[in-house]
Amino acid sequence: MRKKCLNMVHELARKDQRVCFIGSDLGFKTLDTFRQEFPERFFMEGVSEANVVGMAAGLAMDGRVVYVNTIATFLTRRALDQVAIDLCQHKVNVRLIGNGGGLVYAPLGSTHLALEDITLMRCLPNMTVVCPCDADEMERFMLQTGDYSGPIYIRLGKGYDPIVSKEENGFTIGKGIAYRQGDDLLLVTTGVTLQQAVTAAEELEKDGISAGILHMHTVKPFDAELLIHMAASGKPIISIEEHTLNGGLGSAVAETLVDNFAGNRLLRLGIPDIFPDYYGSQNDLMHRLGIDAAGILQAAKRLLDR
Amino acid sequence: MKKMNGFAQSWHDKAMAAPLDDRSRELRRDVIKILECSRRGHLGSSLSLIEVLRVLYDDILRFDPARPDWPERDRCILSKGHGCIPLYVFLAEKGFFPKSELASFCQYEGLLGGHPDATKIPGVEASTGSLGHGLSIGVGMALSARLDKRDSKVFVIVGDGECNEGSVWEACMSAGVNALDNLCLLVDYNKYQSYDATCCVQDLEPLADKFESFRMATRHVNGHNVAELQETLRQVPFEKGRPSAIICHTVKGKGISFAENNLEWHHKSSISDEMMKSISCALDEAP
Repeated sequence: MRKKCLNMVHELARKDQRVCFIGSDLGFKTLDTFRQEFPERFFMEGVSEANVVGMAAGLAMDGRVVYVNTIATFLTRRALDQVAIDLCQHKVNVRLIGNGGGLVYAPLGSTHLALEDITLMRCLPNMTVVCPCDADEMERFMLQTGDYSGPIYIRLGKGYDPIVSKEENGFTIGKGIAYRQGDDLLLVTTGVTLQQAVTAAEELEKDGISAGILHMHTVKPFDAELLIHMAASGKPIISIEEHTLNGGLGSAVAETLVDNFAGNRLLRLGIPDIFPDYYGSQNDLMHRLGIDAAGILQAAKRLLDR
Repeated sequence: MKKMNGFAQSWHDKAMAAPLDDRSRELRRDVIKILECSRRGHLGSSLSLIEVLRVLYDDILRFDPARPDWPERDRCILSKGHGCIPLYVFLAEKGFFPKSELASFCQYEGLLGGHPDATKIPGVEASTGSLGHGLSIGVGMALSARLDKRDSKVFVIVGDGECNEGSVWEACMSAGVNALDNLCLLVDYNKYQSYDATCCVQDLEPLADKFESFRMATRHVNGHNVAELQETLRQVPFEKGRPSAIICHTVKGKGISFAENNLEWHHKSSISDEMMKSISCALDEAP
């Protein structure tokens, strides 16, 4: 997904003179082809996230579309003030590409785990928050970023995520995808939790439980209308996010239900209010925290009392 | 208590001794008028800035008030956004917005807040107030001008207290490495920040050496000497391929004897009629 995202930046730069790229201190040879083709629009600025975000704002205030890439925690936590004021208040066309949203950097520990990035970006006025589920969805999304107005936070999963998105579903920033219809239960996903939900829904079907899936690749602006539509008949809902439960997807679902006087039961799967202190792989941690297919299955049965 | 070093002190003495000409005195009267309406504001930080802004807006910057977004314009970012009162005076005087707006400073439904908002005020290039943002934005604007092969210059004014922010130094590093000779940093070096003298809080000295080490061509100037400011600013860029840095030695509260170097006047609210009267008298008597 990351490779696809950065390749798309290069592709967009070929078509659009306004496109610039800024990295902080990325891996050796990252976007080397971009650098070779458009050296004047490629900046590798070093480990200075506050400056990188401000600089992107300055370029964008002059009408450019600026893609910024580094590790998600440093873009969102460290440079939050610059993101809020320089990008959001000025409503400039900067796209923050956050590497390793969620538990991707499991072996590296809490300093590198972006577990609150959705919350932090979601609370800022004018910010759009998009969490694609796989490389194909990333491609469809990136094609829309050139002319989109205002800043976007792009949450990257890890590389080589299994492809579950479907071309026929299309992609529109701000619109959810009714991925699967189901009568008994609604699973709401964002980012790579769609993969887990698909597996879980197939397993549930074997037990005679019909689970729908709503994929909210855009957490902000949140497609409340589609959620309310898919939650009709009052079916129970499970939200699944690779992210803290404090203010992310599950919170957006809960707020939408409350604001629309919908009485659905809601179970939010995500990361509790902790700094995870175990390492291993992303999948190990997702399993331990109950946000993989097995966790969803268990939660669904608990919710449906079966 | 630590004292400023001899070099900084000698520049500070020169700034203290610089007399005010008629325009500088009049501009201070304009600032005081705004204060009279709002009864609050960062007086000290505003008065140290006046000559720097005056020379920029009167003699240096290329702009068109009828087209605030004219691409060929020079950019001026007041990164020390709390010193915005004189900026508002200049923007109104040059015609970016009606002078009548000045009376609404910090007031409900007014145009002008205690920190400049670029989304509302014509002529303000970037919203500032959270310190340490302006120079990075300036770096981006300077890069953009270079990409477009425009000869626009970008001027960024930071405060000395603001230089405590690490992001200022990140931006200096970037400006130097990117060889942005269309970028000019001006430091309003009035030697005081909110709590105490800068040399007592986070000593900046040797300040010029620091900028030089970030590949910036650096000069000192008496920030209240109009001729000296004009001459220095006209020479920007000082060197091809290097950003310029100008350390403007100024006096906090310049022109109001009892406010000069007096931190009680860094930010003042609820200014009484009596205080207003004293301010006006002090200005009349200023050398």
